[in-house]
Amino acid sequence: MDVETLANALVAGILTGMVYGLSALGLSVIFGVIRIVNFAHGELLVIGMFAALVLFRWLGLDPLLSVPLVAALLFVFGYLLQSLVIRRVAHLADHMQFLLLAAIAIAMVSGCLIVFGPDPQGVQLDYALDSFAVGLLVIDKTRLYAAIAAVLVAGLLLAFFKYATVGRAIRACADNYLGAQVVGLNVGRLYALTFGIGSACIGAAGCIILLLVDVHPYLAPGYTLLAFIVVIIGGMGSLFGALLGGVLIGVAEAMAAVVIQPSLKTAFSFALLIVVLLLRPQGLLGKAPH
Amino acid sequence: MSAAPILEVRDLDLFYGDAAALEDVALDVGAGEIVAIIGANGAGKSSLIRTIHGIEKPRRGRILFKGQDIAGWPSHRVADLGIGQVAEGRQIFAGLTVEENLDVGGFLPRGRATRARNRDRVYALFPRLAERRGQHAGTMSGGEQQMLAIGRCLMGEPELIMFDEPSLGLAPAIVQEVFGIIEQLNRDGITVILVEQNVAVSLKLAGRAYVLENGRIVLSGTGQELLDHEGVRQAYLGM
Ligand SMILES: Nc1ncnc2c1ncn2[C@@H]1O[C@H](COP(=O)(O)OP(=O)(O)OP(=O)(O)O)[C@@H](O)[C@H]1O
Ligand SMILES: [Mg+2]
Repeated sequence: MDVETLANALVAGILTGMVYGLSALGLSVIFGVIRIVNFAHGELLVIGMFAALVLFRWLGLDPLLSVPLVAALLFVFGYLLQSLVIRRVAHLADHMQFLLLAAIAIAMVSGCLIVFGPDPQGVQLDYALDSFAVGLLVIDKTRLYAAIAAVLVAGLLLAFFKYATVGRAIRACADNYLGAQVVGLNVGRLYALTFGIGSACIGAAGCIILLLVDVHPYLAPGYTLLAFIVVIIGGMGSLFGALLGGVLIGVAEAMAAVVIQPSLKTAFSFALLIVVLLLRPQGLLGKAPH
Repeated sequence: MSAAPILEVRDLDLFYGDAAALEDVALDVGAGEIVAIIGANGAGKSSLIRTIHGIEKPRRGRILFKGQDIAGWPSHRVADLGIGQVAEGRQIFAGLTVEENLDVGGFLPRGRATRARNRDRVYALFPRLAERRGQHAGTMSGGEQQMLAIGRCLMGEPELIMFDEPSLGLAPAIVQEVFGIIEQLNRDGITVILVEQNVAVSLKLAGRAYVLENGRIVLSGTGQELLDHEGVRQAYLGM
């Protein structure tokens, strides 16, 4: 095992991890505000990937350019899902909400199977095989572009929550529900917006991941699990935590693939999860419960 | 009550499950008045305020604000009519900065267009908040948090403010300041409903007052009448 291989795996891991982080951000936003664990996360991501695939085939649109379109599409989907469906089960026990979202997830996978079939499908971009050489490093163009796009979208989201008044109002709902009612916030509408924004974020991540991975319906559960691991490692409710967790998992997977063997990369992620849970149960950037 | 009523509550019943929290409550608040509501712990004072504000749904009764029945309306619509609340326990957004708290307080349609002007007004009224605009609200002292709760409420341009225990847990000097602010806001034309454990002070401040016991109004009168009332003196003033 030489330094060059390790360094390249490290960089590839960091870049891929940024895309994982963006996807996990979508899960984290929804959980942090609405306290709904979105078990249909991976399915939304896969729908985002398929949407980007269709746009590529029909219009020849580069998946990175279809990010705004697919994000808008999933925003509408998430907004309606929250305001028409999930809102009605919000008062039920957690396991009932879980069952509903699991059912939605299954319906989405089945829908994708009917429309697209079970085989992996990808996009062929003319820069797919290009790379940049920096000293020892060889960086794939697609991976670099994917990471840049992910960081841009994540930055936009963080800026929205920090500076836009709607973003602040959403944070206020998460901070103090009664306080939000007291100042006259329309909490139901802000929750729907939040689910829409979280979904848009997942849709954007789906477009970006399509640069790196061929899409098929059965990818979905794996991506749900991955986002859970990322969010738990980074810390529930911390948006920066989701990004950090994404990078750590990306690096762990890439390292496992070169140091041990590719099929063991998931075991590595879980090992990291267990270590973090043992040493810092609230996650790296999560706040300890009082 | 001399002025035209801004708020009329009639036959109001509120239940938590099977337990009645308010029964047959009726009260009137005139425009520009300060009306105190006093009662022991658990009498239903906060429940009454939350019900008027649309946070709890009454089982029965009418709540007329400027003649319009708002019983059962959601809280965001009630707030947008001009009913503000400074809630028990302040309920500020601890993880947001002072400025963000105010911003969110002015997010309802009613305060949106005039947000910048209202913010300047709040900062003029509470210079401490201006100094701490970038600080996380949860790290401020109790008194500062109460000022923030009041300032945040003002961002919604309320015509009526319901104060729920605004002096709870504050140092005596700050308590004086809070009551001074309530008086000043009232002089500026805001109608006030005041719930206070500090019964003597609130009866002195209030034009009229109601006594709530076990969810029912058992007594009402001018502040002075209740201050002189034998039962009130024994039960709430310890005399
Ligand atoms: N959310 C709730 N669910 C169930 N019961 C409640 C709820 N809130 C209040 N209660 C009950 O309703 C009754 C009235 O409570 P409320 O808080 O309105 O009284 P209060 O007069 O404000 O008391 P305090 O002086 O302690 O603030 C109490 O018996 C209380 O236990
Ligand atoms: Mg109370």
